[in-house]
Amino acid sequence: MSSERFTFTVDGVPVEAEPGQTVVEACDAAGIYIPRLCHHPDLPPVGHCRVCTCVIDGRQTAACIMPAAKGMVVENNTPALNAERRTLIEMLFAEGNHFCQFCEASGDCELQALGYLFGMVAPSFPHLWPERPVDASHPDVYIDHNRCILCSRCVRASRTLDGKSVFGFEGRGIDMHLTVTGGHLDESALAAADKAVAACPVGCIVIKRTGYRTPYGRRRYDEAPIGSDITARRGGAKD
Amino acid sequence: MSSTDGTTAPRKIVIDPVTRVEGHGKVTIRLDAAGAVEDARFHVVEFRGFERFIQGRMYWEVPLVIQRLCGICPVSHHLAAAKAMDQIAGVDRVPPTADKMRRLMHYGQVLQSNALHIFHLASPDLLFGFDAPPEKRNIIAVLERYPEIGKWAIFIRKFGQEVIKATGGRKIHPTSAIPGGVNQNLAIADRDALRARVGEIISWCTAALEHHKGYVAANRVLHESFATFPSAFMSITGEGGVMDLYDGTLRVIDAEGKALIDGASPASYRDHLIEEVRSWSYLKFPHLRGFGGDDGWYRVGPLAQINCCSAIDTPLAEAARRDFMAVGGGHPVNATLAYHWARLIVLVHCAEKIEQLLFDDDLQGTDLRAEGTRREEGIAWIEAPRGTLIHHYTVDKNDQVRSANLIVSTTHNNEAMNRAVKQVAQTDLSGKEITEGLLNHIEVAIRAFDPCLSCATHALGQMPLIVTLEDASGAVIAREVRQ
Ligand code: SF4
Ligand code: SF4
Ligand code: FES
Repeated sequence: MSSERFTFTVDGVPVEAEPGQTVVEACDAAGIYIPRLCHHPDLPPVGHCRVCTCVIDGRQTAACIMPAAKGMVVENNTPALNAERRTLIEMLFAEGNHFCQFCEASGDCELQALGYLFGMVAPSFPHLWPERPVDASHPDVYIDHNRCILCSRCVRASRTLDGKSVFGFEGRGIDMHLTVTGGHLDESALAAADKAVAACPVGCIVIKRTGYRTPYGRRRYDEAPIGSDITARRGGAKD
Repeated sequence: MSSTDGTTAPRKIVIDPVTRVEGHGKVTIRLDAAGAVEDARFHVVEFRGFERFIQGRMYWEVPLVIQRLCGICPVSHHLAAAKAMDQIAGVDRVPPTADKMRRLMHYGQVLQSNALHIFHLASPDLLFGFDAPPEKRNIIAVLERYPEIGKWAIFIRKFGQEVIKATGGRKIHPTSAIPGGVNQNLAIADRDALRARVGEIISWCTAALEHHKGYVAANRVLHESFATFPSAFMSITGEGGVMDLYDGTLRVIDAEGKALIDGASPASYRDHLIEEVRSWSYLKFPHLRGFGGDDGWYRVGPLAQINCCSAIDTPLAEAARRDFMAVGGGHPVNATLAYHWARLIVLVHCAEKIEQLLFDDDLQGTDLRAEGTRREEGIAWIEAPRGTLIHHYTVDKNDQVRSANLIVSTTHNNEAMNRAVKQVAQTDLSGKEITEGLLNHIEVAIRAFDPCLSCATHALGQMPLIVTLEDASGAVIAREVRQ
């Protein structure tokens, strides 16, 4: 493998990349936003959620785990792919219990922000209304499993950034769920300042007693749509 | 079409936790062996499940969650829950900016709710007569025949909603009251926009009040007799018995005006009230402890708010209160239709209060929230548009709600609404036929109480009703449905 920078195209636009970068990483650096949910820039990519799926050299591929390669042809922002992404988002809404109207994360939530981005108003799938618990045993943090989308960001962050392995998964398919090492949060090594807490993209792992201090309407994705921090880099990224 | 430019997409995702029972008001009239009206029941099936839904939620979520469950007066629930959660957070006194922001929001809510009721729901009955056909008794007909009243209807309500939006962030479901205070102050631009219009709003509210007094003068006998009965009244009052819709102590007076309870604090509500359960109704029957279910019942709402207070601290509403009380000659006014008159006085009061607050610089303060030492129990009340609203919560050491008990205004009026329907039935039922006139009068009697039920709050006015007539053995002898 050479260390030479190379070029590939995304929706016809040439993108420069360096060896070892994934398609998402190269696009992020170039100011092209590929929608994603389980991907987090500080965490090893896992390709769980498939929201980042692009057509790469003619095949549907998760862009967050796909290494970029010279001459690759990537389709990203197309009506067909965005329709599929929207379907994925709608399924995630229907699988959990998401009442954005009173959720602490509303306006800061990546799932909701993707819903906005794809013009979703309510899921077109039947709600499963699963029975899911709230674990509030920890003095400073609580988990509302109703809103977990099983993205594994907390699992990876706890392991790789916090060095703790507080979180894991159990079960398969529709029964898969997040678990806490030790049983309940108060029996785990979790601290409120852990990166695992901040890594959660939705309102599932939440710091206690701070809810709603920032008014709805003045939050991250109220100010600018998701991905606009990335697209803002376009043009300014060249040295 | 999907787009990822983020500019055209709607920013709204709506999934509702409860499917609300949209339905008919159901009334059963029971005859005795001699064929006379023995009893009447107004069945309410709507208040189910919200206390359970709240269990296990984090306490700071409750002010937002609760208003989604009980949908008719969300602002009042938001504020009552926030006040209860102040106590859970160990805060007895929120900073002045927070107190005044919440008050302003509350006056906006009572203004818009009373306006909705007076103009959209009640005025068609009053302007066209109770026996006008239902298709003619609605707000559309009012807009056509009385454009001036139509203008009041639209703009007073809209103004109230804008006050809610400016203070609460949203015009129907505000989100700004949090345990210990609020999360925003009043923006100067919003303040100035509201200031510019409040004078006109006050003048329209007083014009509506004068107009209504004209109606009362022209229909004195009907006004005093329709569905009327003596009762006790209950309301929160402020210091010295002065009207305070946002906070205060409880006062209950009997039909003669004698205080049965005065100065009671929220924490003592269970010393004073018993919530009786009856098999045929989901709605409880609260009554005063020590008086029994037959004698201990009372009315709440605008009529009680005016009857119970000793004075109002805004000049136009106080003058109107004195006029009103003169009708009772020193006693509480008992006429059921006087609810509307009282509602208009409260409307004027709210408009005046809004004006006062808009000129109070505390609303631009930046000390928004206080903190304290966590407690396990929070009890609070507020005078909602329809009357006293009580919220009672316990919260465990993990910050999760252990129990919730809500007594909503309509619950307090449960017995009174049944009595009003019974009264109408006794007057209007002859023989065994449910006439159009009886249906109309039942509708008007229930409406006076402005119950927070979906059947009674259709913005277009019509109340879907099912009235059943039973003989002494309980067999159905007649049934009428009005859509
Ligand atoms: S986690 Fe996100 S999507 Fe789910 S309810 Fe909260 S804001 Fe909505
Ligand atoms: S808790 Fe949050 S970060 Fe962890 S899997 Fe669930 S949604 Fe993802
Ligand atoms: S972001 Fe690529 S699969 Fe989730």
